Amino acid sequence: MKARLYRVLTAALVLFVMPAAFAESLQINLPRGATEVSNSVYSLHMYVFLVCVIIGVIVFAAMFWSIIRHRKSRGAEPAKFHDNVRVEIAWTVIPFLILIAMAWPATSLLLDMDDTDDSDLTVLITGSQWRWDYEYFDYDVQYRSSMATMRDQVYANLPKGENYLLEVDRPLVIPTNRKVRLLITSDDVIHSWWVPEFAIKKDANPGYINEAWTRVDEPGIYRGQCAELCGRDHAFMPIVVIALEPDDFEEWATNEETRLAEEREEEERLLSMQMTMDELMTLGESVYNAQCAACHQPNGQGVPGVFPALAGEGVSVDSDGLNDHIDTVANGVQGTAMQAYRDQLSMRELAAVITYERNAWQNDTGDEVQAADIHNYIQGDN
Amino acid sequence: MSTVVDTHHEHDDHHDHKPTGIKRWLFTTNHKDIGSLYLLFSFLMFFAGGTMALVIRAELFQPGMQIVDPHFFNQMTTMHGLIMVFGAVMPAFTGLANWMIPMMIGAPDMALPRMNNWSFWILPFAFIIMLSSMLMPGGGPAFGWTFYAPLSTTYSTDSTALFVFAIHIMGISSIMGAINVIVTIMNMRAPGMTYMRMPLFVWTWFITAFLLIAVMPVLAGVVTMVLTDKYFATSFFDAAGGGDPVLFQHLFWFFGHPEVYIMILPSFGIVSAIIPAFARKPLFGYASMVYATAAIAGLSFLVWAHHMFTTGMPVFASLFFMYMTMLIAVPTGVKIFNWVSTMWRGSMTFEPPMLFALAFVILFTIGGFSGIMLAITPVDFQYHDTYFVVAHFHYVLVSGAVFSIMAAAYYWLPKWSGFMPDEGLAKLHFWCSVISVNILFFPMHFVGLAGMPRRIPDYALQFADINAIVSVGAFLFGFSQLIFLAVVVKCMAKKGQAAVAKPWEGAEGLEWDVPSPAPYHTFDTPPKIEAPIR
Ligand code: HEM
Ligand SMILES: [Cu+2]
Repeated sequence: MKARLYRVLTAALVLFVMPAAFAESLQINLPRGATEVSNSVYSLHMYVFLVCVIIGVIVFAAMFWSIIRHRKSRGAEPAKFHDNVRVEIAWTVIPFLILIAMAWPATSLLLDMDDTDDSDLTVLITGSQWRWDYEYFDYDVQYRSSMATMRDQVYANLPKGENYLLEVDRPLVIPTNRKVRLLITSDDVIHSWWVPEFAIKKDANPGYINEAWTRVDEPGIYRGQCAELCGRDHAFMPIVVIALEPDDFEEWATNEETRLAEEREEEERLLSMQMTMDELMTLGESVYNAQCAACHQPNGQGVPGVFPALAGEGVSVDSDGLNDHIDTVANGVQGTAMQAYRDQLSMRELAAVITYERNAWQNDTGDEVQAADIHNYIQGDN
Repeated sequence: MSTVVDTHHEHDDHHDHKPTGIKRWLFTTNHKDIGSLYLLFSFLMFFAGGTMALVIRAELFQPGMQIVDPHFFNQMTTMHGLIMVFGAVMPAFTGLANWMIPMMIGAPDMALPRMNNWSFWILPFAFIIMLSSMLMPGGGPAFGWTFYAPLSTTYSTDSTALFVFAIHIMGISSIMGAINVIVTIMNMRAPGMTYMRMPLFVWTWFITAFLLIAVMPVLAGVVTMVLTDKYFATSFFDAAGGGDPVLFQHLFWFFGHPEVYIMILPSFGIVSAIIPAFARKPLFGYASMVYATAAIAGLSFLVWAHHMFTTGMPVFASLFFMYMTMLIAVPTGVKIFNWVSTMWRGSMTFEPPMLFALAFVILFTIGGFSGIMLAITPVDFQYHDTYFVVAHFHYVLVSGAVFSIMAAAYYWLPKWSGFMPDEGLAKLHFWCSVISVNILFFPMHFVGLAGMPRRIPDYALQFADINAIVSVGAFLFGFSQLIFLAVVVKCMAKKGQAAVAKPWEGAEGLEWDVPSPAPYHTFDTPPKIEAPIR
């Protein structure tokens, strides 16, 4: 506690006494970033900032000069002037010229940022409460990326790691030195995909697709966050991007294609396999905590008036409601925050999480749902 | 100068026949009573909104969730914004308008006194409705004061219906207040009080009132569309039905940007009254102040989408809005240069109103600088929706608008109450406020640049130290306002030094010709203005 207080006090001193010298180490300025664009953005930011500081110094110096010299207690006699056309024209025209000098580089940079033509690779980014989906157009690769920080690190005293709130289970992977085009959209409310080191922030609007692009210079790990208020867990939908050398990226992408294909085959095979109740409940609990607990809460109580409870009420305890239950989870509920999970979770995971919801928290319906049941339901559905 | 001709008191008898007790306040049509009601209401809301800000800052003192739930946190940020904008700043300005405009132009009252009573008395109900919606299952509005769709439509709780209703009432109240100001200024100026002789506070309010009438109906429209999208199956903001969520933002900010000027133009008027008074020198560039105010008001309709650069507008739209936004800096600069020139070679003293006015000039200018930075579209992609924006608008709204309201209160309290504000306490209030407001808001620039988004209840570890400092600043600032409360209560309790008619040596204007406290009725017979009062 004392050490912390000490750190806070030094930081306070640093902030107010000598910001410039410590700007880099303390992270109190924009990052220069990892791309040519982000470097230009940084330079433009510093340029505009400097112009403002210079104007500020002149204006405040004049003001403090008056405050100190032209005070009554020093016997200052008030002058009588109250107009001066020439001065007034000057301070209208000069700022105008300064603004042009700022607008010029801003315009060319903006036009450059807007030009998404001739890209080497396209990724579709879809935001949904509160995770990101990535889909590669040039590879058969598609997956979901959720925050990896544990609930107890947020809500209880489990120690927080270095990348607290800025870590995900499956980062976006892109190649360096390639123009990557990003298509950004949303499944529910508006989100905003922001990685400061690429100087990209673009809103994910439901029903519309926005474009952005980046060309990363150096391999590395870059972190960001959702920037548009998107509901309860807005603070908990981070973005992590890993930039790999083009060869490494190629290798990653082909491996990923194979791995995902194998996963799908495995899934087919498992359709015919029965899981035990214990297996279902264990898998179900982990899926539930990762996907459902943010809204329906770990104890299944929901948030009254916002997210319905699953413990002791609704389809989860309705013994005739199994099909409705599968339908809700697989297809979502139109016009609410409840999204469709059929493309996000495997049949096994769907089966497990539904079993879990029907038997956890004293729901105890005894129903065991198998992957094959889900498969049949969805087949029948189509 | 002016002459007060008030010799024949034909209807003297009605002068002091006012009902007493609660009825006096409920049924009053007197501009001074209504002005006081507005000011007291605003003060109450200032503390209510401030308490919510302290809940926010307490949660943000350390990383991790300690005090509130994220959903409640979102309700706090939403309510804080709505209360401060619609409950604290706007009613305070309307209160000042009610008290001061008739006295400044030599009119006996506002032009539409019964409507005046209404426009105040519906306000408390609007806020009771909005605040009590927090008691509903699922809580109150949690979508930010900007209530972007579809978070406020498909994905909101049922308190949205009450929120929409409350906003409608606030809008009606504002429109009525604005109509009253315009009609009063156009029709009730004393003989000789030409437009270009009006004090700047009257001018800035005159222009503000036109802004209000222009944009409040847009706000009413957009909340109604939210209501029908949520409950009546329309799809204004839903792509699935052919709508567009970005349309919401265009409509909201078409109201929202002029709204931010509604909250600052009257401040310009206040500061333009106070600085000449304590520099003992006429305001520099009166005419250019009027033109600059009008220019700002006009431009404020052409810049709304600078809040929306990341929504994916066509690049040429972005460029247009960037240029227009930068252009607003020119008339804003003119004002600042004029104030500094008014001080230049003056004979300055530093009573509490002047201290707040000087702090306003400096800190508002800092907010203007960050405004220019935000206008630069390619860089705004980095600033947008971070604490940098939070720092920007609190510099212009707290150390801007709110400081000007405090300056106005200290300047005119002698006229309102007949007693001088306690100078020692007032100066203590000033120094505590001006120091803590900077501890509170200046470091927000840094965390914003370092990458901390706004409206989050928890943050990554590298932001921890600065957030702790900010939270300390917030509590210091919050508790400093209790000193202000003490000063006001002391004046209202008629304690301290009695005020003369014109307590400030260099003050100019008709309000200083009437005794302190101002009698219940002033200028029953209009004064005659023979020369500009400047
Ligand atoms: C030189 C003058 C100004 C300029 C150039 C300017 C520019 C901007 C820009 C570009 C933004 C959007 C930032 C973003 O979200 O990325 C912004 C936000 C804002 N400004 Fe200003 N501004 C100026 C003065 C003012 C004044 C006088 C006020 C009010 C008194 C004000 C209040 C606000 C508010 C409330 C927001 C944020 C609203 C929100 O998103 O919640 N600004 N300003
Ligand atoms: Cu704006």
